[in-house]
Amino acid sequence: MNYIYNLYLELLCRLGIPEIFGEITFAVIPFVIIAAVLILVVLFLVLFERKLLAFFVQRKGPNRVGLYGCLQTVADAIKLLFKENIKINAGDRILFNLAPILSLTPVIIIWGLLPYTSNFEFMKFDFSLLFYIALTFIPLIAVFLAGYSSNNKYSIIGAVRAVVQGISFELPILFVILAVSVLSSSLNLYEITNAQNHFGIFGWYVFPCFLGFLIMLIALPAELNRCPFDLSEAESELIAGYNTEYSGMRFALFFLAEYSLLFASSALIAVLFFGGYNSPFGIYLAELLPVKAILTSILIYAEQIFWFFLKTMLIVSFYIWVRATLPRIPAHKLVNISWKYLLPASIINFIIVLLIKVIFGGAEW
Amino acid sequence: MTIIMTTVEKVINWGRANSLWPLTFGTSCCSIEMMQTTASDFDIARFGSEVYRNSPRQADLLICAGTITYKMAPVLRKIYDQMAEPKYVIAMGACTCSGGMFAPDSYSVVKGIDKIIPVDIFLPMCPPRPEALLDALIKLQNKVRAEKFADRKKRMKYHREYPMTYMEDIK
Repeated sequence: MNYIYNLYLELLCRLGIPEIFGEITFAVIPFVIIAAVLILVVLFLVLFERKLLAFFVQRKGPNRVGLYGCLQTVADAIKLLFKENIKINAGDRILFNLAPILSLTPVIIIWGLLPYTSNFEFMKFDFSLLFYIALTFIPLIAVFLAGYSSNNKYSIIGAVRAVVQGISFELPILFVILAVSVLSSSLNLYEITNAQNHFGIFGWYVFPCFLGFLIMLIALPAELNRCPFDLSEAESELIAGYNTEYSGMRFALFFLAEYSLLFASSALIAVLFFGGYNSPFGIYLAELLPVKAILTSILIYAEQIFWFFLKTMLIVSFYIWVRATLPRIPAHKLVNISWKYLLPASIINFIIVLLIKVIFGGAEW
Repeated sequence: MTIIMTTVEKVINWGRANSLWPLTFGTSCCSIEMMQTTASDFDIARFGSEVYRNSPRQADLLICAGTITYKMAPVLRKIYDQMAEPKYVIAMGACTCSGGMFAPDSYSVVKGIDKIIPVDIFLPMCPPRPEALLDALIKLQNKVRAEKFADRKKRMKYHREYPMTYMEDIK
């Protein structure tokens, strides 16, 4: 990292740009890269979802634009960019404009926290899991601001529902995360991943913490306002929920935030329970190849990224499958699920994990 | 300059033509055919139009599927006005084109929705088959591809100030 930093400063020096500029911008560059990658991944993710939904009901899905419809979401993005942005007359105009930005920016930071490889050193600190949880709450505030500032009854109902949902499902998630952090004795996403690096697939925390995994799997779509918990934008009741008044690019920002947060949450499940970038075989396949040591280390990074994305995409496809299968749940039942079942279950899970930790001890369970 | 503008125009029109998101708006039996077009045998998703938006703010295409009565007319106009530019209208079914079988002597049916909102494509038949709706969609896509970016102000003005003449039919 220092080496890249010095290279960057030297490059700026040759171009005649003062050093202070380089010191400031160096911290920003990774975020710019992440934002670009995020948009690409989300474009792919939306297309993936539309194709998969089509597959589940025996349709073809988008296949006219580009090869097998691969440019469909690009066309959508261009259209949304050049669509009219409707300004509201009544309501709070500043908050109205602020809300979409506020929903996307924390997600970009969250993407920076994720451990893609074991040596992705930008933003590696000891409480990154806690930071992650804190940041996932900001898009929820953005949703509430959007609903409140639109001055529209459907928007405000959708926003209130989103907040109720977010608050009630935050607690079980926190208890599960507490259990995982007890297992790995760490709040650092990298250390949690490394703690699962023993005995291949059997070192994963999905085995000691299976109840917690199920709770997480149920509670995360509720946090994200996704099907079957998409009450805040329930079409049959609330037109489009909190983003009823949004058009064009502002709506696209909400869309972007929703899908990138879906990816980030699936990645969180992959990291906490399925060993993140670790290979399921215990050793990396690149180590078996008869090539030079330097090439092997580079190949291992590539393989870690591969495993990370594979696990994440499997969980994403699970959520798309759920969306294609289950109907929407009524509002009162939703809160019941959280407070009556998930919260006690998560506490039981915590106790089980504590017992396992006391009996077996050590970082690997 | 003209070359740049034409290229930009091409890209924008390509995007617009290939992602016409329809509004969920079915007033009558034609909407059953519209739903059928979305389902697996015909699959409007192939053209990128399966994203039915419920909010008129996010929709590009108003497929007016079904009879419009005098009571519904102001509502239709309001929904059309709420849509963001660029917006397109397909009048689906004989009732929306001319009043259809209600045209000769109905006290309640508007004789063609072009008396309320500007219409891009007329699609008669009672009700149209899903293939016909897909054909209308393709024709609309061709129309969008041929649009001039420089005319957009004129088009917006035309959409905004389109006169409602349906009241003249009521005696």
